[in-house]
Amino acid sequence: MRYLPLTPQDRTDMLAKIGVAAVDDLFANVPKSKLLKGPVNLPKARGELEVERILGAMAAENISASEVPFFVGAGAYKHHVPASVDHLIQRSEFLTSYTPYQPEIAQGTLQYLFEFQTQVAMLTGMEVANASMYDGSTGAAEAVLMAHRVTKRRKAILAGNLHPHYRDTIETLSRMASDELVSLTPNPEDAGADLKAVAAAIDGETSCIVIQTPDVFGNLHDLTAIAKKAQDAGALLIAVVTEVVSLGAVTPPGAMGADIVVAEGQSIGVGLNFGGPYVGLFATKQKYVRQMPGRLCGETVDAEGKRGFVLTLSTREQHIRREKATSNICTNSGLMCLAFTIHMALLGETGLRRLAAVNHANACDLADRLADLDEVEVLNKSFFNEFAIRVPGDAAKVVEKMAKKGVLAGVPGSRLWPKTKGVADVILVANTEVNTDDDRAAFVAALGASI
Amino acid sequence: MSMNTQGRPTSAGASGAASAHPTFTGNKALQIEEALIFEIGRPEVTGVDIPAPKKVKSRLGKLARDEAIGLPGLTEPEVMRHYVRLSQKNYGIDTGLFPLGSCTMKHNARLNEKMARLPGFGDVHPLQPASTVQGALQLIDTLAHYLKELTGMPAVAMSPKAGAHGELCGMMAIKAALEAKGEGHRKIVLVPESAHGTNPATAALIGFEVRSVPANADGTVHVSDVKAALGPEVAAIMLTNPNTCGIFEKEIVEIAKAIHDAGAYFYCDGANFNAIVGKARPGDLGVDAMHINLHKTFSTPHGGGGPGSGPVVLSERLAAFVPYPFVRVGKGYALVEEGGKLEKGEQPFGRMSAFHGQMGMFVRAMAYMLSHGADGMRLASEDAVLNANYIRASLADLMSLPFGNQPCMHEALFDDDWLKNTGVSTLDFAKAMIDEGYHPMTMYFPLVVHGAMLIEPTESESKASLDLFIAALRDLAMAAKRGDVDRFKGAPYHAPRRRLDETRAARTPILRWTKPAPYAEAAE
Repeated sequence: MRYLPLTPQDRTDMLAKIGVAAVDDLFANVPKSKLLKGPVNLPKARGELEVERILGAMAAENISASEVPFFVGAGAYKHHVPASVDHLIQRSEFLTSYTPYQPEIAQGTLQYLFEFQTQVAMLTGMEVANASMYDGSTGAAEAVLMAHRVTKRRKAILAGNLHPHYRDTIETLSRMASDELVSLTPNPEDAGADLKAVAAAIDGETSCIVIQTPDVFGNLHDLTAIAKKAQDAGALLIAVVTEVVSLGAVTPPGAMGADIVVAEGQSIGVGLNFGGPYVGLFATKQKYVRQMPGRLCGETVDAEGKRGFVLTLSTREQHIRREKATSNICTNSGLMCLAFTIHMALLGETGLRRLAAVNHANACDLADRLADLDEVEVLNKSFFNEFAIRVPGDAAKVVEKMAKKGVLAGVPGSRLWPKTKGVADVILVANTEVNTDDDRAAFVAALGASI
Repeated sequence: MSMNTQGRPTSAGASGAASAHPTFTGNKALQIEEALIFEIGRPEVTGVDIPAPKKVKSRLGKLARDEAIGLPGLTEPEVMRHYVRLSQKNYGIDTGLFPLGSCTMKHNARLNEKMARLPGFGDVHPLQPASTVQGALQLIDTLAHYLKELTGMPAVAMSPKAGAHGELCGMMAIKAALEAKGEGHRKIVLVPESAHGTNPATAALIGFEVRSVPANADGTVHVSDVKAALGPEVAAIMLTNPNTCGIFEKEIVEIAKAIHDAGAYFYCDGANFNAIVGKARPGDLGVDAMHINLHKTFSTPHGGGGPGSGPVVLSERLAAFVPYPFVRVGKGYALVEEGGKLEKGEQPFGRMSAFHGQMGMFVRAMAYMLSHGADGMRLASEDAVLNANYIRASLADLMSLPFGNQPCMHEALFDDDWLKNTGVSTLDFAKAMIDEGYHPMTMYFPLVVHGAMLIEPTESESKASLDLFIAALRDLAMAAKRGDVDRFKGAPYHAPRRRLDETRAARTPILRWTKPAPYAEAAE
């Protein structure tokens, strides 16, 4: 076995040193009848080549995003990641290290976490950010719990145009914790009406309102007025961003008064990975930092006065506070933070703005081309790189037909809202820097032939 | 037994001479001081060449971002150098023995990284039509089969994103099962004092009340103590097995029976599963739910603190409550999501996160399992246990074992009794290990042992590597006993940083870089 260094002779010598006759003597606490006599009923060990064959065959059954004109988004986006990013995150000292609990030999991890926190704060327009959450959706659920702690109220209001997976994640946790939740109905036609409905639902019990921008249909929202309305009522505004590249072009939630910003960071540095691992961004105002969940990295000095970094404010965390902790989270998304940080360092403000501009322009171009199809309607008044279209008939069938023609067209409404009226003929269409003119032409042609 | 609730000391408290030969740059040969990207990058620079956008009519409305963001850019050579230098300030498994108890820092095979990057796994979108991701769904189903076979459990929830998230999923399944039976009044969750902090935090998060169960002088939980704590209000127990003291709970079958007789559920924290893979199956022991840390037991890397992955295996009593989404095998592989048609007995309690879980970790774990096979996984657990006992037996004459010199599982637990009156603490000892080229063991955990030192070598170490580690620890132990306090109090002397002032970091938190004020303003 190529991964196990002990030889049979080593094992014999070590058992002698320990003073037992056989390795099973070390398992003496396991009830005799429960100790397995031999290997479980699974195949035996294999060499690298055989493993590559098995997994390679499974991988070949899937259509990958780079193979075809690809327009699927709705919370995860196909972007180009520079080669240096994936090389650097595979450096042994990053890949095989642990949570930096011994800071003297973990300054590499700690410094990039400090850089990450700063980048996230700048990007979201907030004062502070943590060292990441599992992903955007779990970050959103944690944000709601944090708002409950800050306001000492336990009722959240979710905008209808919040990603339904985010809604369901929050709903599950709220129900289990016996917290109150108001969840509004999605409104692909009139995004402004969704915000008005949120505003109307705010009352004296409300701890927070949760609004996504760009929303799940791609509409952009000015949150300034509703932030004030929430705060006047003693509630917090939680802004959700699932396409973080948008922040290179669009006013960030921090500048519009958000109290907590939660984002999915996958678009920068992290591949699609069939849904995970991703990286959750979590930012807030300085005054709430002690109510924040997740790990935090802070600056300090060592015994010689040199600048260094440590994990800090850990008295919020489970390993110290146990049942009184701000969250049960232990793991963050370390390596994906690193990928995000490196990609963002490569982009810089100039590159990020350019990337965002290309995404927006490509999406605008596709929207313009769709004007040629009389039966297809773009529903958005505003968008960044994703918009909703209405097609005649069942959108899921249209998407399947387009897939057969070699175009992965987007996400049909019924996939995300199986029980909601008025969305079964909607497709969410994303367009990023990876899409070419040819891709967009193929999209329009395939759509035209599928309706 | 008294709890050590003080945690680890946090002040710098280090002394001793610095380098006798200071350099102009502050660099020490391969150890190069590295500024923050904000200090070396420039906003007008970028390391990514992107063609100019098409000219279009903007659809951003009035929401274009006009203010400067402040993000610095670096070219590719600058980025490479910056992050390579940072990496050289880190200790990883590939650097050396990483005996961090409870964390299972085993070898991370590069084959697993290669497989996860196959475009068919790494470059597929979670919301593509199911017809275009049959292989990805097959992989999830195959991994699920392996996990069920290894644990002897009939069901598994794949979506939790880490161990604590798996705990949450398991406890939610228990809550859902109780409510389905009309027993939602059961609010108490029993947690032993030796448990990971995530256990009580998880239970509290969804409204359970935590009640402590004492640990005994032999380091295990006794069935009599569990029985005394059980009652009609008890929903579940959260027990780690093998426990955090590195001992297999020998009354576990009786404990499981007592819990079930009282109408409660048995949650097992699977953090230490690496000791018993292929040797004993939690399902055979009476466990109802257990999360599996794929990043520990099945070696998907720790990556500096994540990402993890925490699938939860479930017993017959909880199998109905797997959350959305899950894979169903029929004519091909289908993904059952909200609104999908449910079969008899399926009662998903909701959703743990967006999409379907940590696919990247699934691929790596699958590559690990296919490589090891049933025989290799069993041997890996035996070697992990053998290595830990070898360390225990080789240090028992110098360092003190809180529960006597009895066999341990995959980790050996020492306390600080042997350091009494030496002036050296567990923290000092750990920092001196750094100078010897080792990552310290887990310290001050579990809380039930004073000054705990929890050593988990894993199966990845050769005998020669263990012998050198043992020799280094013996040398340190003898130095502590003969009063060579300087070697410990000032340690580490040779790391990229001396001891860091954690108190200062917490008192006045600096959590981000900010642009220094111009000289004139700063002087005011």
